Amino acid sequence: MNASNFVEGVDFSLYLILGISIFFLVGITTVMIYFLFRYRKKNNPVATNIEGSHTLEIIWTVVPTLLVLVMFWYGWTGYQPMLKAPKNAIEIEAIGQMWKWTFVYPDGKVSDSLVIPVNEPVKLNLSSKDVLHALYIPAFRVKQDVVPGGDNMMWFTGQLTGRYDILCAEYCGQLHSYMMTTVNVVERDAYDTWLVTEPDLADEHPGFTLLKKNACNSCHTFDGTRLVGPSFKGIVGRSETVIVDGETKEIIADREYIIHSMKKPNDAIVESYQPNLMISYENIITDEEMNLIVDYLETIK
Amino acid sequence: MTAAALPENNFFNAKKGIMSWLFTLDHKRIGLLYLYAILSFFLVGVVLGFLMRLELLNPGQDIMKPHTYNQVFTLHGVIMIFLFIIPSIPAIFGNFFLPLHLGTDDVAFPKLNLLSFWLYVLGALFALATLVFGDGPADTGWTFYAPYSVKTGTNVTMSVLAAFILGFSSILTGLNFIVTIHRLRTPGMGFNQMPLFAWSLYATSWIQLLATPVVGITLLMIIAERVFGIGLFDPSIGGDPILYQHLFWIYSHPAVYIMALPAMGLVSEIIPTFAQRTIFGYKAIAYSSMAIAFVGYFVWGHHMFTSGMSGTAGFIFSILTFFVAIPTSVKVFNWVATLYKGSINIEIPLLYMMAFIFNFLIGGLTGLANAALAADVHLHDTYFVVGHFHYVMFGGTGFAMFGALHYWFPKIWGRMYNKARANVAFALLFFGFNMLYFPMLILGIMGMPRRYYDYLPEFHGLNQIATVGSWILVSGLILMLANLLIGLKKGKIASANPWNGITLEWQTSSPPPLHNFDKLPELNEGGPYNYPDAKKA
Repeated sequence: MNASNFVEGVDFSLYLILGISIFFLVGITTVMIYFLFRYRKKNNPVATNIEGSHTLEIIWTVVPTLLVLVMFWYGWTGYQPMLKAPKNAIEIEAIGQMWKWTFVYPDGKVSDSLVIPVNEPVKLNLSSKDVLHALYIPAFRVKQDVVPGGDNMMWFTGQLTGRYDILCAEYCGQLHSYMMTTVNVVERDAYDTWLVTEPDLADEHPGFTLLKKNACNSCHTFDGTRLVGPSFKGIVGRSETVIVDGETKEIIADREYIIHSMKKPNDAIVESYQPNLMISYENIITDEEMNLIVDYLETIK
Repeated sequence: MTAAALPENNFFNAKKGIMSWLFTLDHKRIGLLYLYAILSFFLVGVVLGFLMRLELLNPGQDIMKPHTYNQVFTLHGVIMIFLFIIPSIPAIFGNFFLPLHLGTDDVAFPKLNLLSFWLYVLGALFALATLVFGDGPADTGWTFYAPYSVKTGTNVTMSVLAAFILGFSSILTGLNFIVTIHRLRTPGMGFNQMPLFAWSLYATSWIQLLATPVVGITLLMIIAERVFGIGLFDPSIGGDPILYQHLFWIYSHPAVYIMALPAMGLVSEIIPTFAQRTIFGYKAIAYSSMAIAFVGYFVWGHHMFTSGMSGTAGFIFSILTFFVAIPTSVKVFNWVATLYKGSINIEIPLLYMMAFIFNFLIGGLTGLANAALAADVHLHDTYFVVGHFHYVMFGGTGFAMFGALHYWFPKIWGRMYNKARANVAFALLFFGFNMLYFPMLILGIMGMPRRYYDYLPEFHGLNQIATVGSWILVSGLILMLANLLIGLKKGKIASANPWNGITLEWQTSSPPPLHNFDKLPELNEGGPYNYPDAKKA
């Protein structure tokens, strides 16, 4: 049994081609080296001008043609089932953004890792909040680009319980290689339990939960180190030089400035940081939640 | 045979002074200007690649931060693709040897040729300017995929402009070669009397002429989007990122054959010389170049199998891609058959050609796995692809170019390098190359995506092997170049025809005189490689 329903088709296509390739690589290299020594000047002082052979040209055109058709065919038959998801598949929204994956379940449950029941087809509707990403599960042999404005999907059936890596395969900027999470394939009843269990957030500040949920910490650290955006540490009340309409301006990063920056991030970019990288959260986070975030930010000095 | 001194009349001493080089109309001097410029950029690209491998020696941060790493691999790609591998063989050896191969005194448009060179320099300056202006070099990857390339604050506009200008240099060189091949062949030389290197340049030139404008248009569209906010590729302003990928690969896939075909031409040229017999299947090799150039226009979609392409499009692009393998394998079989019943001198240039065939086989055969839809879903955008194209580009084209440098060295400079040192350098290069790139193929099959600054612990061992391979490769490279540089100054004087070659460039003195031939070269009877001393079949 393989980790997913596509492993067999993909691996057959791959190993068939690798097998044929190794045969030709070894064969041609051997013949080449043999000729090199058999017909070196010492062994064969006078060369023969052989201009060619129609028979051989036909053979080594027809044989590769047949072989590539076979290779093509198994590539196609392994790929074709990926194009259409079964009707009974569980539909999950998979959202990519710099540099975080978010999964939204049919009943509204939101998770930053994927949990799926074993032996049931799952369909991921892929969307991106910013640039291209690609959702790649090497163990499942599936990969699909996540295109902003597009409506790509992928589907698969996890056939073995266990936890597998989900990686981003399409370059998406600074922390591309850290944009990873896992898919946990579990028994149906464990899945049902997981679906209704809310993560224990009792000790967590709601503002902190919101920051994590929206991947803010991908670009803004809590400990003062510089990433793509200014660190959250001590941000409230900090004086900053920002760029407004091309002019530098001194401001104090108060509640009003921070909330405005969540809504219209490019209006006043802190000097030395780049514009256009942050998306607007105006329609994603409510005003009430934004205030909760600033409440939390006030606590990290 | 060894002459005591270089011939008095050669193109080096025909004119003096720096201006006589910078504004020369002599195709040989222009070829050498390209050689020095292209090799310099190659070395910059090597240093960047070397730094990337150092960073990847261990997981986590070794020597640079993620943002720097992203800029380094972008710059490595841009330099290696646009400043090194695309111009390399046509601009250096095409310029120098095409007129000699055709028995003529220059290309059709010498002034246009000089303009091509200066456009190359201008484009290269723009690429270098990204280093010092604005927020530093682009961090988008050499593919400049939208919408990231529209959003990032780095110097994308300038990098793109550089690629645009370099495109014109490429178009003009292609145009020049096509006209030269049609109009300037020496009397009596039909198309089927041309050396196969000329054939491969002919096929390449058509791609340069017809495909390069597409990337020019695409790059202008990026600039329009970045500067004027016209929504072409960025969905947040109404564009379509997939459109960009189509336009980009409509050029950039045929461009792969701009990089590969001239190298194949060199192999077809060098093997008969060292086998001392005629090439096996002249027409098959010549026409397969044209077939590859033709089919190469229709396969770009195989870069986009996971982009959400329809099943029908995937089906067509996959099968067409597989068809490229057929003329390519025809070439390989003919090259190997050319060794059969030869009288082989195992010399450095031939060793490079054998290395080419081996590396290129791995590059080509791994390409089949990428052409197969199912396998590619797994392999796309992984290190398997990085390994694959380095096997084709570096193991193939790069090694062919090094081989050609050793092959034509005595013709260009009239001297011979130290062969013992050249052998050691070759061994280091071949071993280091394979140690560097073979592990990448395995890493890809294991699922390590490309353009990764950091990686999971299971990929550590193979990454270490690859990095150590890069050290061996670089030491081979240094030894090879040092040996050639010493040979340039102090090498023994070489005869006009040290390899007993039969194409027309070997009929003139080394280095050739300014006008190439003191007397009209004599065509070889019965085909360009029909060695008179060899037995009839």
